[in-house]
Amino acid sequence: MPTLQIREALREAMDEEMARDDRVFVMGEEVGYYEGAYKCTQGLLAKYGEQRVVDTPIAEAGFAGVGVGAAMAGLRPIIEFMTFNFSAVAFDQILNNAAKMRHLTGGQFTVPMVFRGPNAAAHMLSSTHSQAFESFYCGFPGVKVVSVATPYDAKGLLKSAVRDENPVIFFESEVMYGVKGEVPEGEYLIPIGEADIKRPGDQVTVITWGQGVPTALEAAKMAEENGIDAEVIDLRTLRPLDKDAILNSVRKTNRVVVSYHGWPYGGTGAEVADLIARECFYDLDAPVERVCYEDINFSYAENLEQLAIPSPKQIYEAIAKVAYHSL
Amino acid sequence: MTPTTSPTQAPDKDEVVRVFKEMLRIRRFEELASRAYTQGKISGFLHLYIGQEAIAVATADLMKDGDRVVTTYRDHGFAVALGCEPQRCMAELFGKKDGLVGGVGGSMHFFDRDKGMWGGYAIVGGHLPVAAGHAFASKYTGDGAVTLCFLGEGAMHIGATHEGMHLAGLWKLPIVFVVENNQYAMGTPLKRQTLVDDLTVRAPAYRMTSDRWEVTDVFETRRRLSEAVERARTDNQPALIELLTYRFRGHSMSDPAKYRTKDEVEVQRKKDPLYRTEQSLREDHGFGDDAIEAIDDAIVEEMQAAVDFAEASPQPDPEHRFRNHLVEDD
Ligand SMILES: Cc1ncc(C[n+]2csc(CCOP(=O)(O)OP(=O)(O)O)c2C)c(N)n1
Repeated sequence: MPTLQIREALREAMDEEMARDDRVFVMGEEVGYYEGAYKCTQGLLAKYGEQRVVDTPIAEAGFAGVGVGAAMAGLRPIIEFMTFNFSAVAFDQILNNAAKMRHLTGGQFTVPMVFRGPNAAAHMLSSTHSQAFESFYCGFPGVKVVSVATPYDAKGLLKSAVRDENPVIFFESEVMYGVKGEVPEGEYLIPIGEADIKRPGDQVTVITWGQGVPTALEAAKMAEENGIDAEVIDLRTLRPLDKDAILNSVRKTNRVVVSYHGWPYGGTGAEVADLIARECFYDLDAPVERVCYEDINFSYAENLEQLAIPSPKQIYEAIAKVAYHSL
Repeated sequence: MTPTTSPTQAPDKDEVVRVFKEMLRIRRFEELASRAYTQGKISGFLHLYIGQEAIAVATADLMKDGDRVVTTYRDHGFAVALGCEPQRCMAELFGKKDGLVGGVGGSMHFFDRDKGMWGGYAIVGGHLPVAAGHAFASKYTGDGAVTLCFLGEGAMHIGATHEGMHLAGLWKLPIVFVVENNQYAMGTPLKRQTLVDDLTVRAPAYRMTSDRWEVTDVFETRRRLSEAVERARTDNQPALIELLTYRFRGHSMSDPAKYRTKDEVEVQRKKDPLYRTEQSLREDHGFGDDAIEAIDDAIVEEMQAAVDFAEASPQPDPEHRFRNHLVEDD
């Protein structure tokens, strides 16, 4: 099987979908001539031309809104945010137009489109450029939210997102574009709404997504070395949640750590913990643990940044804690 | 730091020397920052001001107590020009405790309130309404201060820019908006961002005065800027100014700047205000290589000392990360 980087897998997904359906186009800052700030759209301008690979001025509210309008009129836009930090400028278009339109028009309009780009902290960019947006975008109805951590998932889920009839928020990661993994040749789709067991285990469930996945896998390895068999579940879709996957694993292991690169307060991790508390409280052998960003704005200084981000060791400690295992 | 001649007088030799030094200080600061970045001592995004120094130096000369500069992430030049200590600026780039904001902001978020350095904003266009708010406060309190708000030409196309300028015009706020048109927004040349050549065409719609020139001469730049600053100060008359300039480096350290030709850069080098000022020292004021080198050596020494200071400065105290999110956090 060929090995691709996440950026290449995303590129293949866009390329295949654009070849398959001429209503699909890519729009965003530096996606064309510069071939993408992170090179996800490399080669697409040469192949599809300016009509379908559209460089924009710095105008997020504008081009996000153009995407919504074009989708309502029958096209299938892929809107790239250079990073999701800049989507804050376009939030109104996503919240009040993309997410509302189907409901507000009594079903007359659908908004089949993708907003994609890197989410969460990269490395030493300070507070305005180190934000985790899952709580924002999972916090209202009318959108689906995806977060990918492997090339295989990136390709299969982006293709599904492009074909979905709804607006899909699609989170990638600046620090993971170079992550390599096997991607089968030929077409495949991964359904939105399905979690994936990234590492099977039967003593503790670690629920994670996005940048949290590699960190959790490292923690699971540490747990294994210490005699604890942890299962790592990558949610992949944050809205809607794959409840069955979460609950089945928890009923098997009876112990849970929710671990992710995002803020704690009122977030997706809280939603997962709440689900578990309501649906399988009596299956739990220990309170649910959460390991995530500290509830602070990010600093530039390397030591301060690192302390705010969950480390494999911290996750391992949480695993040991729910397993009542001495450290 | 104080100019020895007023903006309208022809500069004497001392003044040319002073301004040359101020511009060179920024350039050498940036070059040493660039080197430290390639050595892995600075991280994140680093946007250099090399080529645009004359704008910050001219601005600093016009500032009175209480005046404010609000700018983008390409902010080190303004900080150095406004008299922020280079060692604290460099320490900020190194993410150290003695940095301008204690290492929490890094390159893109410089602030030094007392020096008139009111940011360092990293979201394109987001600072324009904020700058208008500073000017609103000045008009409200009658403090007589002027806000100078800088933006790249790429920022002309985002909504917040329009809203900030519109409100400043509507309410006649004491503010000068200065577009530093360095020709590219990352890899996008201006002609792919807008169909107009002259970005000041918007000024009449906001009832602002406007001016537009190519920045090759720091004194001309200071003189023409001063007219707008004084009108803002005395009449609450906002202005929109477009300065044609050039950045010699990539957008940030990760940008190889493949979108432009060597020839283009060469043409621009001849217009570089720092180069031109050096030429003036040589041709009009009898400076030879030795005299120029002596100036340069002293400045390199100052900036190298800033690097040494930054390296020696400790990392921020780990508990520092919990401070300042709310006023109660201290
Ligand atoms: C709202 C927003 N969108 C995108 C970015 C990423 N970005 C940072 S600088 C930049 C280009 C800005 O160009 P310009 O305004 O001309 O200023 P210059 O960098 O040339 O000084 C872009 C796209 C951002 N910081 N904020």
